[in-house]
Amino acid sequence: MSDDAKQSAVRCTLNGRPRRDFVPDNMLLVDFLRETVGLTGTKIGCDGGECGCCTVLIDGEPRHACLTLAAVCDGAEIETIESLDTGGRLAAIQRGFNEKLGAQCGFCTPGMVMAAEGLLRENPNPTDDDIRAGLAANICRCTGYVKILEAVHFAADELAGRDKEAAA
Amino acid sequence: MEYMPDFKLHRPDNIEDAVKLRAEEPDALFVAGGTDMIVNVRRGIEQPKHLIDITAIEELKSILRDGDGLHIGAGVSLKELQSNADVLRDYPAVGEAARAVAGPTHQEYGTVGGNLCLDTRCLFYNQSEWWRQSNDYCLKERGDTCHVAPGGKRCFAAFSGDMAPSMLVYGAEIDVAGPNGRRRMPLTDLYRNDGMAHLTLEAGDMLTAVHLPKALAGSPSRYEKARVRGSIDFPLAGAAVRLEMDGKTVKDFVVALTAVNPYPQIAKGTDAYVGRELTDEALDEIRELVRKQAKPMRTTTVAPWYRRRVVGALARRRTEEFAG
Repeated sequence: MSDDAKQSAVRCTLNGRPRRDFVPDNMLLVDFLRETVGLTGTKIGCDGGECGCCTVLIDGEPRHACLTLAAVCDGAEIETIESLDTGGRLAAIQRGFNEKLGAQCGFCTPGMVMAAEGLLRENPNPTDDDIRAGLAANICRCTGYVKILEAVHFAADELAGRDKEAAA
Repeated sequence: MEYMPDFKLHRPDNIEDAVKLRAEEPDALFVAGGTDMIVNVRRGIEQPKHLIDITAIEELKSILRDGDGLHIGAGVSLKELQSNADVLRDYPAVGEAARAVAGPTHQEYGTVGGNLCLDTRCLFYNQSEWWRQSNDYCLKERGDTCHVAPGGKRCFAAFSGDMAPSMLVYGAEIDVAGPNGRRRMPLTDLYRNDGMAHLTLEAGDMLTAVHLPKALAGSPSRYEKARVRGSIDFPLAGAAVRLEMDGKTVKDFVVALTAVNPYPQIAKGTDAYVGRELTDEALDEIRELVRKQAKPMRTTTVAPWYRRRVVGALARRRTEEFAG
């Protein structure tokens, strides 16, 4: 409990880089990411935790950035959609969405990708049902989800080094 | 930036400090996961001057088993609860209810205590500031008219937590820490039939743990809810059933309901079936018995008559499964 000022010191790791910030106590993590840091990949789609567009990973687990206060992320490791590629090369899950056309309008995609990333870290070999359950907190109004399922399977296969051509 | 009231955040690391802060500041709220609380703060429904984040309190985060049963900290996440082997083996409805709350992301950080203390919900309450303002607010918040039952002075907002019924069927007890120390009480005593003040907690009281008794460990149970969206939603109606059979006759039978009244409740009258066979007629009677005790009002987009019918059907279906 610091002074009476309504702001808190936050030390966190954001996309692999340590940061130190003073944030207003009432600032949501999503506003911190978008307005303060300038990482606008994380989207705000609703005001009630219903859409999942703001999903980021905190300590490796999916969380709604729009229902999390920035000030409680002291000591946390935060990963956003901007962290996934390495030196310009897309991560497996991003290649999956690209190859399988998992994105249409694209608004839900950052949240969907981060939720899928969290799912794959916990369960590298998910079934259709596992993916449906794992992404149940994310809404997509365009794709009908079929292409998203394919995208996650594509990523799982790539990560496991499975050669689809050989299997076929 | 979204509308957020101006509050000061506190992050105590022990229960005593948290309770003290809450007692000192009349305009303060506890927040854990925040999956429902922060939504209400964002919408201006709650406008606290102080927010006391209790996620740094380690004591709230453990699940312990001893000779008395299972002790679940209020800060345990729903994800952890549904992956706990003791819970799944001994109190199956509890794990099932944890899996049924909202969506997987909410379960990662939504907590047991948060779900038990969940605010009641209503079509006219869980809305944005401008929506509520254009309706002159409502009885539950700032206004003086209940849009669900105009003319009445009662609030009918429905309790919509999934965990409570699954724990009520096991006769769960809770620990409450307050300015005058800690006390233990039955979970049923946490609630009252009033949509505006459904929790019996006093200012400064904090729910710290839930205890599931050893005597009922392994007693078969199920929880099921009906909702608008299968993937993520609050219940329109929910029923937990715990039923032990002795051959073909009922040995022990408890049904608890949620989302059909301002408080979660144990259905009355199931004792009458002890020693009886669960014939089709008996199952139909149980369905009617449950329906009669459900008094949903027009607090969701789905009509009350449907929720009353469905809660009876859920209870009957789950009971029938155990009856074999």
